[in-house]
This record gives sequence, structure tokens and C-alpha cells, in this order.
Amino acid sequence: MAPIQPARYDDEDVPGSGRGRRAARYAVPVAVAGVAAATISLVPALADSGNPSLPSITVEQLLTKIAASHTDAVDGTVKITTDLGLPSQITGAGGAMFGGPASVGRGPGRGGDSPAAPQSQLTQLLAGTHTLHVAADGPDRQKISILESAAEYSVIHNGAQLWAYDSASDQAYHQTLPQDARDRQDTQPPGGVPATPQDAARQILKAADGTASITVDRTARVAGHDAYGLVVTPQHADTTTVGSIHIAVDARTGVPLKVTVTPRGGGKPVFDVGYTKVSFSAPSASTFTFTAPKGVKVTEGGSRTGHEGTAPTPQDHMNGKDAQPTVLGKGWDSIAVVTTPAGVSSGSDQAGKQFKDRAHGAQSLMNSFGKPVTGAFGTGTVFHSRLVNALLTDNGTLYVGAVTQSALTDAANAAAK
Amino acid sequence: MSRAEPRAGQPGPPPAGDATGGRTDTGADAGVVAGPATGPAAGPVAVRAPRPGWTLGLFRSELVTVFRRRRTQALFAVLAGVPLLVGIAVRIETRNGGSLGGGGRGDGGPAFIEQVSNNGLFLTFAGLAATLPFFLPMAVGVVAGDSIAGEANAGTLRYLLVAPAGRTRLLVAKYVSVLAFCLAATLVAAVSALIVGFALFPVGDVTTLSGTSISLSAGMARALLIALLVAASLVGIGALGLFISTLTDSGIGAMATTVGLLITVQIVDSFPQLHVVQPYLFTHYWLSFADILRDPVSWTGIGKNLGLQALYAAVFGSAAWARFTSRDITA
Repeated sequence: MAPIQPARYDDEDVPGSGRGRRAARYAVPVAVAGVAAATISLVPALADSGNPSLPSITVEQLLTKIAASHTDAVDGTVKITTDLGLPSQITGAGGAMFGGPASVGRGPGRGGDSPAAPQSQLTQLLAGTHTLHVAADGPDRQKISILESAAEYSVIHNGAQLWAYDSASDQAYHQTLPQDARDRQDTQPPGGVPATPQDAARQILKAADGTASITVDRTARVAGHDAYGLVVTPQHADTTTVGSIHIAVDARTGVPLKVTVTPRGGGKPVFDVGYTKVSFSAPSASTFTFTAPKGVKVTEGGSRTGHEGTAPTPQDHMNGKDAQPTVLGKGWDSIAVVTTPAGVSSGSDQAGKQFKDRAHGAQSLMNSFGKPVTGAFGTGTVFHSRLVNALLTDNGTLYVGAVTQSALTDAANAAAK
Repeated sequence: MSRAEPRAGQPGPPPAGDATGGRTDTGADAGVVAGPATGPAAGPVAVRAPRPGWTLGLFRSELVTVFRRRRTQALFAVLAGVPLLVGIAVRIETRNGGSLGGGGRGDGGPAFIEQVSNNGLFLTFAGLAATLPFFLPMAVGVVAGDSIAGEANAGTLRYLLVAPAGRTRLLVAKYVSVLAFCLAATLVAAVSALIVGFALFPVGDVTTLSGTSISLSAGMARALLIALLVAASLVGIGALGLFISTLTDSGIGAMATTVGLLITVQIVDSFPQLHVVQPYLFTHYWLSFADILRDPVSWTGIGKNLGLQALYAAVFGSAAWARFTSRDITA
């Protein structure tokens, strides 16, 4: 049986002469792959690159612009990347392989809490990259959704109602906000972490007031908007680990679109939050309505009445209006000191809280991750990350700050005297 | 595995001498009837200008070949059985009003499994999420891997090529039948899940992942869209299987290689340390179909998935073409 020769019935007229033509055919898939690779690598680079020419602006003008920006209505997608340089055991990186929802960086939560409670969910933003959908319409209506693989966690604030829905566990959490809490919500969505560039920029500019040099940087394009750049560099702060903070501000509306925190040691940004898509028109009203579906388990958070209520919520912590932690030092060098009696976690810093929760549960992990230190304060453990450091002394006092480790031990020594 | 019986429907020589070309719906029959009337001298001309009817007939014959097989029907049975098993398991687990897995985050099972007991429509999504990572691509890998190599293995490939189909056209016909199988397999899994879900669980308004509610009919429309997206997610592995199938004369070898490659890619996709290559793996955006259930729908991942599948189809489809049109057929 003689082999059937190739291309006898083929559409091509030119009779091929053996190898050369065969090889030429393989050029087609190679070319397709090459063009695709070039397109993939070039298009995103082109889309958000370039420095648009905008009328020059002074720092004062830009700050005024930010302050005057009306961000009542926003509807956008936010990407948050946090790279604290923590070991993956801590952040729990890794996903389920066969279709399960990835459990990347899920916070430990408090024992027995509903998986839908904001306290047990928002800590996951402290590690890895997350995509959020942010919608807001005035101070009374906000919604933040953490988009997970085939699942979503949403916190919906509508007037006095605070709902949270966790689609992965199909459970909901409900809380009625007291009047005073509503009044001091501002436009901050109910999140434990600055989940939008506006929140992050507001906190940073507040902290930077008089303690940092602020300069205008190159312009950039962020989420399809022309943006001014603003660089905040801490000054008169010797022990802070914050190197510089870059803020991109929408040239038209003055809304901060992207905030990037670079540590003093250099390297990759330690925290990066920015819109990938944003519109400043009001989202539809149905976005903020939530009715617990039939059969969904709802955990009532109870209505709080001020600080003497039950568990402190993330809003208290991050709004900086929680009077509980003592703050040592000023500005960038400040260190939060939290005394933690009998295992009740009331840490001001979410990161510290996470460390501490973990520390209670996993002594061996603590030994491998934390570094034991001794000093005038006795013994303790230092937890190191690229930005935030924490010192947990054996008598239960937690020192947390974006400062060097030696600054923490110095503070603890000073307190022991 | 006999190829003789299905091949009976294979069209005869093309009706080249028939000057009234353009009959598109008579495909194979026209070929058989018109064949004897065609003078032998007209043969080579026919090769250059085949009529659309002839091409359609080839596609139809390939489709019949794929779907008539016992093996294909067995694969359909497995795909229909998975949602049934999932549905019964959830039903038993939640019989007494309890929730699944002690009420924790559903980290163990497939996506959407927690919602099934409250809304039967979610069994469609859970069923597709459960079958997409392995069962569906495995079935596609079997069919695609066997498409060329199986013919070669059974010794029927040379006869297929004796009929003046043209290698390119035969390859396209094979790929189209693989794609049809992708769609059919997905619909089998989805419809089975839909029936089981409606039979075993309450059905009502659908809660999107974002917490908003949409009506049941809107939910069904989204379910159909999801089924189509899942079918489209299999385009890439179909092309990959077709390419592997052109490399060898062993049908089993091609199937095993395709499925093995699928498993390898799944493993690579699960290591966080390999995140650099993961966006280029054809499995990486498979679960993006769930974005349809968000409110608002997030199209980014879906677009990436479709683009990646099209890219795989283009690269491996053309590689299969390069290989198949230039190699010697010895079996």
C-alpha cells in the first residue's frame, strides 16, 4: 500500500516541492501566535500609557480641586493590590483547583461569626489582588462588592440598613445603624479597609497635612481618564517605613483615581488601589436594595448605640474615631498601642488584629513567622511586613505602626520605664 | 468502533457534471444520485470547485458519525448524571432544613452549591461549574482526539481522502463536528441540571451574586447564556485535541494526550507561584461564566475567556491544518 501523498486534493494549485512547503505551512500557526502575543503585550501598555498634556497646575490648586470634588455618585471597578510581603501561610494564598471558589487570603474572623459578617470578610483585602465593584449615590447609599471567583461578597448600606450578602455561603448579615453612626458615615462606604482611591487619598492627605512634602508629578491616564499626579513624601519622620505615596487625580472632576504606596526600602508598591473603570453618574436605585432571599440564613448584627455597644465594627476602626488605642508619636512615626485583655480583640489596626488572632491559634506558626525579641519591656514577638510592623509583648500589649522594628521596641522600652 | 456503518451515509463522488450547482439542502443524497451520471473525466474539475451541497453533506456525515457512536452517548449519559448526583446529594444533605457543610463558606464543593437548596435554578449553574473543570473537557478531548487519529487507527482515513473531499475541508468538517459536540454536551449537562433542579428544589426569583433579585425568566435567560459561554469555553481544548489528533495514528494516544494535557494545565493553573503563565492557559478564565450572575454583569473576564479560546482555536487549528495537509497518510 503506497502512502497517500499529501495535498493531492488540496485547494492549492501550486504543487509543493517537499519540505520547504511543509515548513511554510507551520509558519501560519507560528504567525498567529506571534501576532497574538504582540497584541496582548502591547495593547494594555498602550491603553493606559502616555502622559496626556494637561494645563499645568500647582499643588495648592490640585489640593483644592480634590477637596472640591463631588464624589457623591460613583459607579466603578476598583483593583486593590496589597503586597505586604507576608508568608503565604498567613495570607492563605492558593485556590481550590476544581471549580471551588478560591479562598485567597480569607480573614480568620472571630469564632462562631457568620461568614457574611463584614468583620470576617474585609480582612481578606489585606493580601493579594482583589477586584471590587463600588457604587455610591450620596452619603446614605453605598455598595461595595468583592468579586471573587464565581462568588461575590457585597456590603450594602442604604439609609439605616446595613446588609451584607455572601454568595459563597449564601448567607446574609443585617445590622441597623444608629443615628449617630449614620451621621458620621460621611461618604465612606462601610468597609474596614480604604476600599476606594477616594478613601485612601482622603486618609493620606489628612495624615500628610504639614508632615510631608507634596509635589505635582507627571500626568497619567487612569481608567480612561486624564489624571494629574501627586506625590506625597513623608518628612521629618525618621522611623517610618513609608517611602512615598503617589496619587492620580482626575483632571476633570478632581476625584482621586489611584493611590500607590511605595515602601521606603523600595521595590514593588506595597499597597495599590485604583479604578480600572469608573463613571460618576448615579447607579440605578435597585443596586442598593437588598431583600434577603427565601431560605437564606440572616445573622442579625444587632443595633449599636455608640461605643459601649457590643463588638466594634470596622467603621469605628478605620474612621479613626475610635478612641480605644493609644497613639504614641505623631504623623508618620506614630505607633498605635493596644492593650488586649483576656483575648478580646479590639485592635485598631486590622493587620495587627489578624496577626493576633492567628497568634492565639497557632503558636508554631507564630514562632516561625514572628521574631522573638527581648528588652526592658520583657519578651515579645515582632511581626514584620514590608510596610506595617507589629510587636506583641508577652503581657498582651500590641504595638503597631508603619515604622521600623527598632522604633517599636524603643516605644515598648519607653513604656516599660 | 466499526466505521463501516456510519460511513454508509458518506456521500459518493461529487455531482460535478451537474451544471445546476447550488442545491444546498440535498447534500449527500444528491451526491449519490448524481454520481453515476458524472463522467469520469469530470473528476479533477470537481475537486477544484465543489458545490456547497457537497460540503454540507460532509459536515452532516461527520456529525452523524460523532453522535451515532455508543461512546458519545455514554459520555452524554455521564454528563447528564453528574447534575443528578449533585442534586440528590444536596437534597439529602438539606432534607431536614439544615444547611450545607455546617453553614461555613462553601470551599469544598463546586461554585453555587450553597444556593441550590433555596433555588433549583442554581443547580444548572452548579452542575456546569462541577462538570466544566473536568467532565466536559474530557468528553471533548475524547471526541477531538479521536477525530483524525481514530480514522487513521481504524484504517478509514485513506478512504475518506479517496473521496475527493480535500484535506482542509475534511479537517474543517471534523472541527465543526467537535464544536457541535461541545455545544451538545454542555446543553445535555445544563438541561439535565435544569430538570433535576426544578424537580427537587423550590424555584423562584433568582438572587444574583451581588445580592440583587431578578425574575425567574431573566434567570433562565442568563442560564442559557451561561450554557453558551461554557460551550464556547471548550473551543480551545477542541482545537488542541484536533491538533494532537493529526500528530499520531493512535486514537487512544491522542485522547490520552489531550486529557493528560488538560489535567496538567489545570494543575499549573492552581499554583500561585506560576501566576505569570496562568493568563495564557485555556482553563484560566473558565469560571468567568459566573460573571453573568453578577449585577451589573462584569464582561471583562468573559471577554478574556472568549478571546483566549479564539486564540487557541486559531493557533492549534492552523497547526492542525499545517500538519494534516502536509503529512503522509499511511493508514
